[in-house]
Amino acid sequence: MRLNVNRKIVTVKAHPLARLLDVLREECGLTGTKEGCGEGECGACTVLVDGEPVNSCLVPVAQVQGTRIATIEGLGGTHRLQRAFVEHGGAQCGICTPGMIMAAAALGRRPSLDEIRTGLAGNLCRCTGYAAIYRSVLASRTTSKGKGQRAKA
Amino acid sequence: MQGTILERQLLEPRSLTDALKMLRDEGPLVPMAGCTDLYVALNFGTLQPKRFLNLWNLDTLRGIESRGATLRIGALTTYTEIIKSGVIRRRLPMLAAAAREIGGVQIQNRGTIGGNVANASPAGDTLPVLLAADAVVVLRSAAGTRRVPMTSFYTGYRQTVARPDELIVACDIPAIRGRQWFRKVGTRAAQAIAKIVVAGVWENARAGVRPRLAMGSVAPVPLRLPQTEEALGGGASLAEAQEILQREIAPIDDLRSTAGYRRQVAANLLGQFFSLRSVRL
Repeated sequence: MRLNVNRKIVTVKAHPLARLLDVLREECGLTGTKEGCGEGECGACTVLVDGEPVNSCLVPVAQVQGTRIATIEGLGGTHRLQRAFVEHGGAQCGICTPGMIMAAAALGRRPSLDEIRTGLAGNLCRCTGYAAIYRSVLASRTTSKGKGQRAKA
Repeated sequence: MQGTILERQLLEPRSLTDALKMLRDEGPLVPMAGCTDLYVALNFGTLQPKRFLNLWNLDTLRGIESRGATLRIGALTTYTEIIKSGVIRRRLPMLAAAAREIGGVQIQNRGTIGGNVANASPAGDTLPVLLAADAVVVLRSAAGTRRVPMTSFYTGYRQTVARPDELIVACDIPAIRGRQWFRKVGTRAAQAIAKIVVAGVWENARAGVRPRLAMGSVAPVPLRLPQTEEALGGGASLAEAQEILQREIAPIDDLRSTAGYRRQVAANLLGQFFSLRSVRL
């Protein structure tokens, strides 16, 4: 089976019913994506499929053939959201962070606070109380001329 | 994921016709759409079937279409598509309201209306909406098409009239004139499963205003409430209607709430619905 992960074509031997989460972590070696609850409640395993956030613990890999998959690794480490989470205390224990950032990456360059709250409602954090996360996403916003990149799958 | 995945098999139909043939000739198969319920059960080992039918790529089952006065919502239409749909916002705002309160964005991007109907949970958020809207479930099999009103679709706890060789392909929703209303009461606005969920319509009919009301998480199946409707339509007081409602529902204690709380909240919600009766849309 061939997948497009972070703009690279990878060949995996996974069973078609394997969870996208397991294929990313175990076959692709992309362990940035975390397993939290395994039932679609916590959002820790959020990745983008064709630019839309999904819980990779609930997606059979057969359903993402022919799509563009983006994980936290695809942001490269210096993405505007990653820098803002570091600078504004958006990450504490870190387990929710990759999922938070991927969900935030789908919100475009200038989400309002309301759009951020709604867009991140499916991502649970037990450390920050969310305020620092919202501040981080707000701080990451760019103008149309800004140099921040939007997540591209 | 629990269980041995290697024992499981996935069938990949290329068309609806293909899928219906597979259901007829190679069943029993578990249809898979957005997997937001199915994979929870698989991940926790509470579901043991071995053979699955992947519907996700059957694009003919996706989308919202006006057919004269009727709105047809394809079974694979996701909650995100429902939320974004202009025609849903104009003609069926209570469904958009329900879709917005299902899960978070990640669930809304995968979960489908057909899946919500098929999963047959008494807590399914769109089900009171479809009941109050007088929706019709469109079932297809290799043998033909069957149209079943939502009000007779559920036969018992997580049981439906659909046969193993039938697929839910769409929900048809007749035009609604009047005010629509939706409320979900849960622990948290996003993600939480409903302790109680309700949808209602105060319909502007020629003969006057006629109420339609349905509730979830108050019985083994999502319920239309014909006796409460009749009382409200006949000019009963709120207290009288609340008394009738209490006889019509049968909530239980479970991990999310108690029967007593649900009865109290059901009465309060009826109060809210009652107060909207004179508010014309």
